[in-house]
Parts: sequence; structure tokens; C-alpha cells
Amino acid sequence: MPLTNEIIEQKLVEHFGDQLTDFEVPYGLLSFVAPKDLNLKVMQFLYDDPELKFRFLTDLTAVHYPDKKGAELAVVYHLHNLVDNIRLRFKVFTDIAQPDVFTATSLYSAANWMERESYDFFGVNFVGHPNLKRILNVDEMDYFPMRKEYPLEDQTRIDKDDEMFGRGGSIGI
Amino acid sequence: MARPVRFNVNAERDLKMVKEGPEGYSGEGFFTTNLDKVVGLARSNSMWPLPFATSCCGIEFMATMGSTYDFARFGSERVGFSPRQCDLLMVMGTIAKKMGPVVKQVYLQMAEPRWVMAVGACASSGGIFDTYSVLQGIDQIIPVDVYVPGCPPRPEAILDGFMKVQELVHNRETLRRRNADRYQELMTSYGIQ
Repeated sequence: MPLTNEIIEQKLVEHFGDQLTDFEVPYGLLSFVAPKDLNLKVMQFLYDDPELKFRFLTDLTAVHYPDKKGAELAVVYHLHNLVDNIRLRFKVFTDIAQPDVFTATSLYSAANWMERESYDFFGVNFVGHPNLKRILNVDEMDYFPMRKEYPLEDQTRIDKDDEMFGRGGSIGI
Repeated sequence: MARPVRFNVNAERDLKMVKEGPEGYSGEGFFTTNLDKVVGLARSNSMWPLPFATSCCGIEFMATMGSTYDFARFGSERVGFSPRQCDLLMVMGTIAKKMGPVVKQVYLQMAEPRWVMAVGACASSGGIFDTYSVLQGIDQIIPVDVYVPGCPPRPEAILDGFMKVQELVHNRETLRRRNADRYQELMTSYGIQ
């Protein structure tokens, strides 16, 4: 019998009970939310289970939801079962004041650079990561640019007149 | 009998293809002028550009180098890829902040006299990339002699910018620009000795 989203969801619920929440299937992609302390256990279960075999980490990234107090930062994992060609996605949420999440590098080597990227742009502190430092931005950058409190524009520029760029000034008021 | 097809019948009306030489005294078998004029003439017609192409402006430069626009006719046949041999740094494309030290190092490796041309909006001012990761113009890290506007500039614009550089080299500057107070002041302002 081919592996389906229903079987995966059923197995997860059997193993983790009601700790996993918000199951949904947008566009056929099984998605759910896990508590952040369980992220490694969920991944290990998905990896080890002889039927599930989610042994490929497609993507790992972060999202900033400034309005969710106490759960501002989400870390999103995309896993792929290469045998049955089924993907799933799950998120863990963490407080932005203490953005500690366990690293997935021991399970998936691909997580190494992706976690560095998530740290670089969102400041997620991956506990246990072997080399957690900036990967894309300049080393001397002292903030996390993809957090929503920072404007996209370069704040160090002095040569550009805002009015010429349709910002501030008399335009749009 | 005249041949049915004749070439070059309007030869006396042809354009003069040879550039005017510098002012000076000439006579039978000799010509005297200032040394810096001769050197300027030689330099401006044998520039060795170093292309630092990071994005689409670099593609325009490739067209400029091609047979249609023929950059070589300005004496820049030889495009060098070693900064130590080149006189003209042509920065073409977006320079990310992380790339900034690389551009500066390439500039420092060039020997005097050296000139810099910022080709395109990104190299000149950051262009549309007004964002945290992009350098807002290479003149924040190295001095620039000529800016070429455009996004990307057409090959004609790059050629025009190049002719502006030639004009600088030939007529506007002294032989040893690096000894000028103003130049040294500029270098100091960029932290370059």
C-alpha cells in the first residue's frame, strides 16, 4: 500500500499523541506544528520509522511573526521521503527573547548551512550547532536583517534623497 | 579605358583617421614637445582595462568588447585580468557589501597611475538595490574617476565613459598624479596610502 498523508498523520499521532497540532494539507502537503523541544524527536521518528523514511531535508528556514507574542519566530522544516516521493512540512515556534532551538545537524548534514543562514537572517540560536556564525552577510553586521522591525533599505546610506525614491517627503501623503 | 568599378573615388573627402598630435615644434626629421604630453598621449591610447564584472553591466561590456562596438579601436585591445598590469579598473555590476573588500584589494594591487570607472547604476550608487546587503556605490570604498549611468548602460555609453577616461589621462592630469596634494588628500580620505 502506498504511503499517504493520512498514514503519516496517523503514525505521528499514535507516537506523539496530542503534542503535535494544527494538522492541515494545503495543496497536498502535510503540515503540522510541533513543540520546539520535540523537533529532534519528531525528525528522528520520521527518519527511523521503516515505513516513513523521511531521510532528506529539503529546506530549513525561519519566519518572523511579530504579532504572535511569545512565539514570534518559526523554524520551518521541509522533509522528503525519496522512496515514496512524499514531502511534509512542520514548524516549531519560539520566543524571540530566547530563540533557542535544537540543531538538526546530527540527523541531517544539510542542516548545517541552512541553520547558519537562519541564524544569519533571523537570529535563531541553534543549540549544539558545530559552527554557528554568519554565512551570507558581512561578519561585522550586528543585527538580523530579515526580522520585521528592520526596514529593507540600507540605513547607512547618506547620499540618497528620500523624495527622489518615493519615500517620505511630500509623496504619498 | 576607365575600369567599370572604381574604389576610393572620393579620397580627398575622406575623414582624417589619424589623431592630431600634441602641440610642439616640428621640422625636417624632428619634433619637440613636452614629455608629459607624449606620455599622456601614449597612456590614453594604450589603456589596459581590468574588467570587474559582477552582473548584467558585465554582459554589456562583453558586447562592447565584441566586433560590433570594438573596444579595441581605442587602444584597449588587451584586457588584463591581473590588477598588477592594468591601469583602468572597470567595475561593472552590483557590489555587495561582502564583495567590497575584494574590490578594494584589487584596486590596491594596481600600480600607479590607476583610474577607476564605475559602470552602471549599481556600481555608481547601489542602483535599485537600496538594501542592507548592497554597497551604495563603490565610491564609498575607492575613488572613482568616471561614472557611467544606465541600468545597464548601452555599449555606446561605456565607450563614451572610456573616452572620458582617455580625456582625463591625456589632457587633464599631470604626469605624476600621485604626487599632487589633492590626490594624496583624496587617497588619505579613503584610508589608502
